[in-house]
Amino acid sequence: MTYNLLREFADSWGLVVMAAFFVAAAAFAFRPGSRTFYDKAARIPFENPED
Amino acid sequence: MIKHEKIETNATLLLILSFLVVTIGGLVQITPLFYLQNTIEKVAGPRPYTPLELAGRNIYVREGCYLCHSQMIRPFRDEVERYGHYSLAAESQYDHPFQWGSKRTGPDLARVGGKYSDEWQRQHLADPRSVVPESVMPGYAFLAGKDLDYRNIGNHLKTLTLVGVPYDKGQIDNAAADLQAQATGDNADAMLKRYPKSQARDYDGDPKRITEMDALVSYLQMLGTLVDFSTFKPDVSR
Amino acid sequence: MGLGSLVQMALLGLIAILFVTLGALAQDAAFAIHMFIFAAAAAIAVIYLARSYGQPVAAASPEAYLDGVVRAGAIATVFWGVIGFLAGLVIALQLAYPGLNPDLEWFNFGRLRPLHTSAVIFAFGGNALMCTSFYVVQRTCRARLAFGNLAWFVFWGYQLFIVLAATGYLLGVTESREYAEPEWYVDLWLTIVWIAYFLVFFGTIIKRKEPHIYVANWFYLSFIVTIAMLHIVNNISIPVSFLGSKSYSAFAGVQDALIQWWYGHNAVGFFLTAGFLGMMYYFVPKRAGRPVYSYRLSIVHFWALIFLYIWAGPHHLHYTALPDWAQTLGMAFSVMLWMPSWGGMINGLMTLSGAWDKLRTDPVLRMMVISVAFYGMSTFEGPVMSIKSVNALSHYTDWTIGHVHSGALGWVGMISMAAMYHLFPRLWGRKEVYSLQLVSWHVWLATLGIVVYASSMWVSGIMQGLMWREYDDQGFLVYSFAESVAAMHPYYVIRAFGGLLFLVGALIMVYNLYRTVRGDTRAEAPVGVPAAA
Repeated sequence: MTYNLLREFADSWGLVVMAAFFVAAAAFAFRPGSRTFYDKAARIPFENPED
Repeated sequence: MIKHEKIETNATLLLILSFLVVTIGGLVQITPLFYLQNTIEKVAGPRPYTPLELAGRNIYVREGCYLCHSQMIRPFRDEVERYGHYSLAAESQYDHPFQWGSKRTGPDLARVGGKYSDEWQRQHLADPRSVVPESVMPGYAFLAGKDLDYRNIGNHLKTLTLVGVPYDKGQIDNAAADLQAQATGDNADAMLKRYPKSQARDYDGDPKRITEMDALVSYLQMLGTLVDFSTFKPDVSR
Repeated sequence: MGLGSLVQMALLGLIAILFVTLGALAQDAAFAIHMFIFAAAAAIAVIYLARSYGQPVAAASPEAYLDGVVRAGAIATVFWGVIGFLAGLVIALQLAYPGLNPDLEWFNFGRLRPLHTSAVIFAFGGNALMCTSFYVVQRTCRARLAFGNLAWFVFWGYQLFIVLAATGYLLGVTESREYAEPEWYVDLWLTIVWIAYFLVFFGTIIKRKEPHIYVANWFYLSFIVTIAMLHIVNNISIPVSFLGSKSYSAFAGVQDALIQWWYGHNAVGFFLTAGFLGMMYYFVPKRAGRPVYSYRLSIVHFWALIFLYIWAGPHHLHYTALPDWAQTLGMAFSVMLWMPSWGGMINGLMTLSGAWDKLRTDPVLRMMVISVAFYGMSTFEGPVMSIKSVNALSHYTDWTIGHVHSGALGWVGMISMAAMYHLFPRLWGRKEVYSLQLVSWHVWLATLGIVVYASSMWVSGIMQGLMWREYDDQGFLVYSFAESVAAMHPYYVIRAFGGLLFLVGALIMVYNLYRTVRGDTRAEAPVGVPAAA
């Protein structure tokens, strides 16, 4: 395994994989069914009004 | 498909994934610098510091000179005309740590060696505004009054060999003697042979003592003087 | 209690003796002083344990939050903040009036400058992060801090680190790595403290009663983990002697430079950004009384931010001897960073949608919003400055200093101080701070101070850059370097004045919080309500 091999991988498939991971994470966060789940999470700081 | 909820509800998974994400950048950027052949240019001249220069460099570090002075000339017309040939990676290859700096409250010092006399350097360090009225530099008169502590200088060289600086046995064994020879100019032949292009003389104007001023001035006077630029060919692929 | 604390006392006593021995054998005075400081810390711990020995301990309910350490951290934040701002003012004045350098080795600019940067970043910012993270993680996980009193070790261990670092700078003990100057033995101590910090924080998340991990904790966690990685790698060095303070970096030249700025930039990205974003994602919604604008955006914000930030380091080394491919990579990622940064800013600001009127009556919320606005401004300026052609002008000049301060004073300083205004009354069981009018004064003094600071540095920085590259008709450089130094004087005076305003604001805060702790309430008209005619 040489450095050049790694570098070629990094700027071809590596890049694709990372971009895909990011798009997937973003798409997943914005999928329609997530709203209730996230709304609940977003309210965590308000569970105790004394804090 | 892994549900993002898994990550949000599983602390260990969140930890591992976020750690992986933050390691990638450093691995891709930093590791090649240790492997790529052309990271450090092949030129004649660079050598490890003499014991006296090294002691001076440690004073430079100690006083925080790098906070106001860079040692990295960029390849622009004005910088090259002002300071000299742009800096090469080869020139700091023995610098543990590097002193490129990030700010020029004062001028770049990468090639200050030989530009001023020892006397000017001493006067400027002791009272900067006496020679440069506009200067905002602090005064370092106390350096001339402090004897240089070089009891362990051999160990400093030895430690540097552990991190890759090619000091040989002769240089390590004679470290203290070489330091004395360079700071006084007496019996300096062996030392000058061990360190090409080095200079030996009484840098602080006080032949009776070896002070921190001797060490710092000797360091300033060698900065940027080593590389033989006739042997330098720019590498376009770098 | 009995036996355990006896063993602890014995161990600490041995440690104290060990450090006294090390101090006695030291190769240099600075190392000796530091070993004696370690020994004194251990001795104080023994005395504390001995005094409380045999005393009945009120059994802490396993449900109750451990807030004593948060209170201590809040006080430390305010204390170190004032010290750090004061040190900044002193060195700003030294640059404007060099005669203020006493030409004594301990108090010259070169030694005070790291004292200033470390005091504001690590002492002020670090304590703010630790105490708010302990506060937030307990409340959002509905769990007491993990591992008993380990959080107290983290607190005192961290203060010891600060004292060692600060005294070291004055004594000339430095590795010369910006924002990572402490020498090898102080680095080792910080590593121990940091691992304990991680254990407390992560352990609390593990034992949480809330199924979801609130997004603020993600940011805090990634800050803790990434800083551990950066700190350890950047500080790899070999001491000349195990009884002396000096060490040599394991790396040299170009590699050393990139590792340092990989560290340096991510000290900004993870210490000064991710950690404080954690603060924003808790305190802004809390103060506005509304959940974060888009929780989903906060998730995208998190992943994008931590992934992109770590690549941006090489933009500190544009046009240097660092190979071009690394510079280009650093620039590309720095420009991309603009997007998640603004995503986060918008998320913070839009949290107020529907509650904008609160800005009029709540100066604490106003401070938070100004802070987020400064975050947006400096994360726009940053990518611009990382473009190589802009950097060619801005690098090495005061523009960088101005940029850092709009982020550090505006974003980090204001969000932390706003969090303190929110925390102090709650931690000491008061209804509200002593005086909201004084908070309002603080907000405007600080904002004005930052604007004065940043704009004077823009002018001086751009002017410096232009003077250095100015040619006349004959093709000669117009200005000597010394002339560019002289031209900076008025801006250095203005900058110091901006810093003074910021410091005065902080002193007002100290007074306000002191009265809050005492339980006083100032008789005053409410903020933002016109006085009755």
